[in-house]
Amino acid sequence: MAVTGAVMVLFLVGHVLGNLKMFSGPQAFNDYAEWLRTVGEPAVPRRTVLTLVEVVLAAAVILHMWSAISLARRANKARPVKYAAKRKNQASGYATHTMRFGGLIIVLFLVWHLLDLTFAVVNPAGPAGLPYDRMVQGFALERWWVTVFYALSVIMLGLHLRHGLWSAFQTLGVGNARARQGLSAGAAVFSLLLVAGFLAVPFAVMIGVLK
Amino acid sequence: MSTMNLTLRVWRQKGPEDKGRMVTYKVVDVSPDMSFLEMLDVLNDRLIVEGDEPIAFDHDCREGICGMCGMVINGVPHGEQRATTTCQLHMRHFNDGDTITIEPWRAAAFPVVKDLVVDRTSFDRIIQAGGFISVPAGSAPDAHSLPVQKDAADAAFDAATCIGCGACVAACPNGSASLFTAAKITHLGLLPQGQPERDSRAKAMVEQMDAEGFGGCTNTGECTAVCPKGIPLSTIARMNRDYLSAK
Repeated sequence: MAVTGAVMVLFLVGHVLGNLKMFSGPQAFNDYAEWLRTVGEPAVPRRTVLTLVEVVLAAAVILHMWSAISLARRANKARPVKYAAKRKNQASGYATHTMRFGGLIIVLFLVWHLLDLTFAVVNPAGPAGLPYDRMVQGFALERWWVTVFYALSVIMLGLHLRHGLWSAFQTLGVGNARARQGLSAGAAVFSLLLVAGFLAVPFAVMIGVLK
Repeated sequence: MSTMNLTLRVWRQKGPEDKGRMVTYKVVDVSPDMSFLEMLDVLNDRLIVEGDEPIAFDHDCREGICGMCGMVINGVPHGEQRATTTCQLHMRHFNDGDTITIEPWRAAAFPVVKDLVVDRTSFDRIIQAGGFISVPAGSAPDAHSLPVQKDAADAAFDAATCIGCGACVAACPNGSASLFTAAKITHLGLLPQGQPERDSRAKAMVEQMDAEGFGGCTNTGECTAVCPKGIPLSTIARMNRDYLSAK
């Protein structure tokens, strides 16, 4: 969980920084999208680096899900008879206890997200549209439900990372009692910044700052 | 202080093969000064007089240091009072007219023996796998021949306060025994006497824990919150560190 999660977190950092290029204008954003495809040329053919990243990410997603499912199955086997009394969580809050449900939301979102902005089959700009146009038309005000679903999913992702980030450090054996509090606080700040970064573009489009 | 009347919903199971069921009992005139176990003693006295089988539950020292008295009270191991064993939980924390649900630890690795008594020998086997140090027997070593840093001694002692009650397993949504195992690994791994076997200990104990059928840790922290001794979650990071470096 920790290692595959870390791969995806690194990707998300790159992803959010790339998204923010929207604020540099259509030219900058479209050039950035083109650069993702041409990086490494001419030493390696077009799209080599991007394809490699895609393969690593796909593997990370699958292994992360596989780990999660194994853990859930083990948990189920470890407690065959459930408690009659309603569970009362004594520690951590919502983020910790929504990891499995949240993961499910995130993977459903991922499917939509790829169809919308990567393959653009459900995007008004269509597969032939330029990346900047896909973003602006995809998050247009009349498609507000897309933006709402996007926002909810990104917030779910933030909650997932709120627990997942420091938990990954714990799994990999990093930190003592004092460091744990720092890691937990760091995870909260990181998640918040990431969510804000991802929400900035769609809301800027929605209120007409980006058009 | 006036006495209380309570309704108890208690798990009754005749033996390991019995399916078991929740049975409701009324307990009257409970003194707020009674411990939770004394309240059950009063109920059991009545059940015996009435010709019923008394409720079986584990208990020994009744002063919070033996780790025997495990039961899940209203969904929380040892009850909602923090850092308290069931024997040290007093009835003043309940109100007149309350309904209290009492269940055994629920874990595949802790099979129910009878009623609220579970078999915790899986913990013993985890200890047998590596929770020891190998030293040449003989006369006691000279005092101060083996210096231990104050902070290491304190942290080791904190981990050593684990009484092996199993509340961590009972509270964990994954049924994991990580806090128990980590406490033992931390206790021995912080001291000079524990160094020679530090890596093999972590590996053997973690593998035994998995073999017993406990779940995996997802760092929910429920274990620490219910631990009567407040064993910190950071012991699990230490266990993972020792385990990963042993591989």
